Amino acid sequence: MKARIHVTLKSGVLDPQGKAIEHALSQLGFQGVDEARTGKVIELNLAESDPERAREQVDLMCRQLLANPVIENYDIELTT
Amino acid sequence: MKAAVVVFPGSNCDRDVAVALERAMGRPPVMVWHKDSDFEDVDLVVLPGGFSYGDYLRVGAISAHANVMREVKRRAGKGVPVLGICNGFQVLTESGLLPGALMRNKSLRFVCKDVGLKVETGQSLFTSRYETGQRVTFMAAHHDGSYFIDDAGRRQLEDREQIAFRYCDERGQVTPEANPNGSVANIAGIFNSEKTVLGMMPHPERMADPVLGGEDGRAMFEGLVEALS
Amino acid sequence: MTAEPNPEITPELVAEHGLKPDEYARVREILGRTPNLVELGIFSVMWSEHCSYKSSKKWLKTLPTEGPQVIQGPGENAGVVDIGDGQAAIFKMESHNHPSFIEPYQGAATGVGGILRDVFTMGARPVCNLNALRFGDPEHPKTRHLLSGVVAGIGGYGNCVGVPTIAGEVNFHPAYNGNILVNAMTVGLAQADRIFYAKATGAGNPVIYVGSKTGRDGIHGATMASASFEEDSEEKRPTVQVGDPFTEKLLIEACLELMETDAIVGIQDMGAAGLTSSSFEMASKGGAGVELDLDRVPVREDGMTAYEIMLSESQERMLMVLKPGREDEARRIFEKWDLDFAVVGQLTDTGRMVIRKNGQQVADLPIDPLAEAAPEYDRPWEPTPAQPEIAPADVPASEDPGAALERLLGSADLCSRRWVWEQYDYTVMADTAQRPGGDAGVVRVRGTNKALAVTVDCTPRYCLNDPVRGGMQAVAETWRNITAVGGRPLAITDNMNFGNPEKPLVMGQFVGAVKGMREACAALNYPVVSGNVSLYNETADTAILPTPAIGGVGLLPDLSKMATIAFTAEGEAIVLIGETRGHLGCSLYLRHLAGREDGAPPPVDLAAEKRNGDFVRGEIEAGRVTACHDLSDGGLLVALAEMALAAPDEIGAEISVPEGTDVPPLHAWLFGEDQGRYLLTVAEAGPVLEAAREAGVPAAAIGRTGGASLNLSSGHTIWLQQLRDAHSGWLPRYMQSDD
Repeated sequence: MKARIHVTLKSGVLDPQGKAIEHALSQLGFQGVDEARTGKVIELNLAESDPERAREQVDLMCRQLLANPVIENYDIELTT
Repeated sequence: MKAAVVVFPGSNCDRDVAVALERAMGRPPVMVWHKDSDFEDVDLVVLPGGFSYGDYLRVGAISAHANVMREVKRRAGKGVPVLGICNGFQVLTESGLLPGALMRNKSLRFVCKDVGLKVETGQSLFTSRYETGQRVTFMAAHHDGSYFIDDAGRRQLEDREQIAFRYCDERGQVTPEANPNGSVANIAGIFNSEKTVLGMMPHPERMADPVLGGEDGRAMFEGLVEALS
Repeated sequence: MTAEPNPEITPELVAEHGLKPDEYARVREILGRTPNLVELGIFSVMWSEHCSYKSSKKWLKTLPTEGPQVIQGPGENAGVVDIGDGQAAIFKMESHNHPSFIEPYQGAATGVGGILRDVFTMGARPVCNLNALRFGDPEHPKTRHLLSGVVAGIGGYGNCVGVPTIAGEVNFHPAYNGNILVNAMTVGLAQADRIFYAKATGAGNPVIYVGSKTGRDGIHGATMASASFEEDSEEKRPTVQVGDPFTEKLLIEACLELMETDAIVGIQDMGAAGLTSSSFEMASKGGAGVELDLDRVPVREDGMTAYEIMLSESQERMLMVLKPGREDEARRIFEKWDLDFAVVGQLTDTGRMVIRKNGQQVADLPIDPLAEAAPEYDRPWEPTPAQPEIAPADVPASEDPGAALERLLGSADLCSRRWVWEQYDYTVMADTAQRPGGDAGVVRVRGTNKALAVTVDCTPRYCLNDPVRGGMQAVAETWRNITAVGGRPLAITDNMNFGNPEKPLVMGQFVGAVKGMREACAALNYPVVSGNVSLYNETADTAILPTPAIGGVGLLPDLSKMATIAFTAEGEAIVLIGETRGHLGCSLYLRHLAGREDGAPPPVDLAAEKRNGDFVRGEIEAGRVTACHDLSDGGLLVALAEMALAAPDEIGAEISVPEGTDVPPLHAWLFGEDQGRYLLTVAEAGPVLEAAREAGVPAAAIGRTGGASLNLSSGHTIWLQQLRDAHSGWLPRYMQSDD
């Protein structure tokens, strides 16, 4: 089973890269973008086939390593 | 006094800080490999600057889980002083030895320059050779030095006098213009609550020799030797 | 298992591999048969301009490459010079122009990675990096993006590896609009008796691959031809190499650790044309044959063909030949650093390269004919027509020298490069004694009181108008910059960036520049020990300015005597060394205040250059000089302003301008770019002037330091505050101006 983890910055944490993207978009003439926030995507191939156990596993990975709870949120997406 | 410098894959200021320590201590520190789970008894552990694990995932994140860090945490818990410089500071926050997190500079650019620092307290092992309020010049060289902590955390740091250094201008004023990276409240370095662990972004070891353009950093190493010998 | 594609070798396929019909005929002659695709690919990269120097070799051979200080001249991974006490400096410069234009961050980053490997592969610990960058017109829509990406890439790689970037140059000119130049230089230090060469000897010795895995990166354009053979290729293959400075750092440490043993016979990095050129060059130098088993090469992707493995330009890889039986010892070191280590073959005494994949032989080539019988051309060339010498009186004088100075200092050509170098870690390794912004970078030789002075220089507009003078000037300027910090110039590396050599005028620029360089190197006892050639720098038929970038390395025997450009105190005498005729042809004054780029560039009197420089260095070594700056772009007044602005508290000067009929007009005296000149400050002018007279060196006391302005006796006052804003503000404003 595959896990896709989206790691994003918590709201309230300065995201200068997001700001730069927002600015660049408006320079390119794209109107109406209020805010851009950046993050990262981590894809894992898991041996585990049970979705519940897989989610538990990945959640632990996120808490221990993949995301920093001081500044980041994460979201786990599982696909077979 | 005996000191240890931890070498992570990608550390690149390990030799520099070893030279500064040797100058102050009169003998070289022990270099400890990140895969080691134990090392000899020392009076000070230094986590050096660099790009451990290439800064991949998050700065300091992978090193915070290195074998050696379990032992560093154990010793820090017993009160052995730990100094983290630059990447070492990032490892300290990632490993939970210090609060907050270090993020990409506000300019998004790497910044290498002399920075003025206001010594927030001279009352610590690390800063005993400085006066509270003194202005010193160290060298900043980092891409991810923007210190973040939430408001409650910041107040707690302030209340418990855990802020070691703040970025300041030539006159010692802590101003937004003097902040090279967007750190909350111009914070350049912080202690743990016992003041036995110090993490800081600027490099004292690069200002420990007149040839390098300044000597303000030497006092930190000399103060440590005095306190720990 | 992917079958090796085995297409028919058609004239089209040969052409796609960049081989001319006569070159292909030679391939068939050497083999006595038609090559297969793998072999064709190998020939094409080995005989490429980049690897074979086929257009330039004839001329490069004429450069002086010897001297008592030279341990290793051109032909190795890098040049080696003796710096005394059993130590050696190892250095080279290399271009990464085209990749940096396509993908500025990765192109520049991998350029730094490649040149670092050239240096540590010889057993040296890299101690500093430099770079020479050329961008298009600041107003060109791509320039900002390219500048920002290249600078970030150089920093991203060098900073992570932990080697300080301490000097460099940045130029802008519309001729680089479609073809920027990114030249990177590394200097390393080694024990003179512990230098490693790219020479494979000893039949039966194991051939070792270390570093990163091989992927499909950077396989040259011809790959598209082979890609079409793979039916299930789902994704477009990457052709941009991606750098991994983290792995490079580990590779440096692991290689240097292994080099402390005596296990290595020969070692070479896999740079351009990767496994192909490293294996052929090592074998050719050692007169060995090689058997390679590509199934043992660590690969990043499944199904890579022999063609792809041999031509991949994946970064951070090295090839070594070890003494027999030392594999395990070496393996332990690389595994400690979490790097791949694989025995991929062995040396033979057949003189042939035999390559196997999936148990089958996929190539069998004679090594020497391939490596040494590469084509060599004597391309037709035409000299650049001489430009007129422009008399000072024919250039309009600016009413207000202060305004002219402000305009020059606030131009893309002369503004402060701080925005650039603050993105480079210039103090890591804690040995940087002189930071960017001066005449040369200086790094201490760790544990000693010696230091290396390093610089890169070239004035491409001079080279365009007169390649001979331009080539000479580029060499002389590096020599002067090293001298100005108190260093003794030792040797140079060159990075020859030119357009299409098949055009006689462009080839003539190359020939002219080499001629000028040759004369300068010979006169200054300053040989070339390494270098790189980058040709075909053209877009839409427009060539870049001829740019023979020169990297110079010198030695300061006593670091405490080092000079810097900043005025150090008020009330000191300012002494001008060298002859001032007021040469305005091809000057920046002419460019910015008269809107012209014509005229002959300033001549370089090499005898005077040497006399003046030796004198200045002697004064610095004697401890009489408190500040020193060479005069180059923009002339005397620009140099004065730079010295004044560099002082931490900004110190101005009172200057007496010469009067009379036998002196150049004021604007030419202030802004002329006559060569071989320096400004010094000393406590008292008398003794220096006296010593200069004895040495036959022109010297004049022109004023004193002090105040907050540059005060000219002609009645002009130029406030430093205003100059500083112009000088320091241009680049940050430019980079932010899309905000």
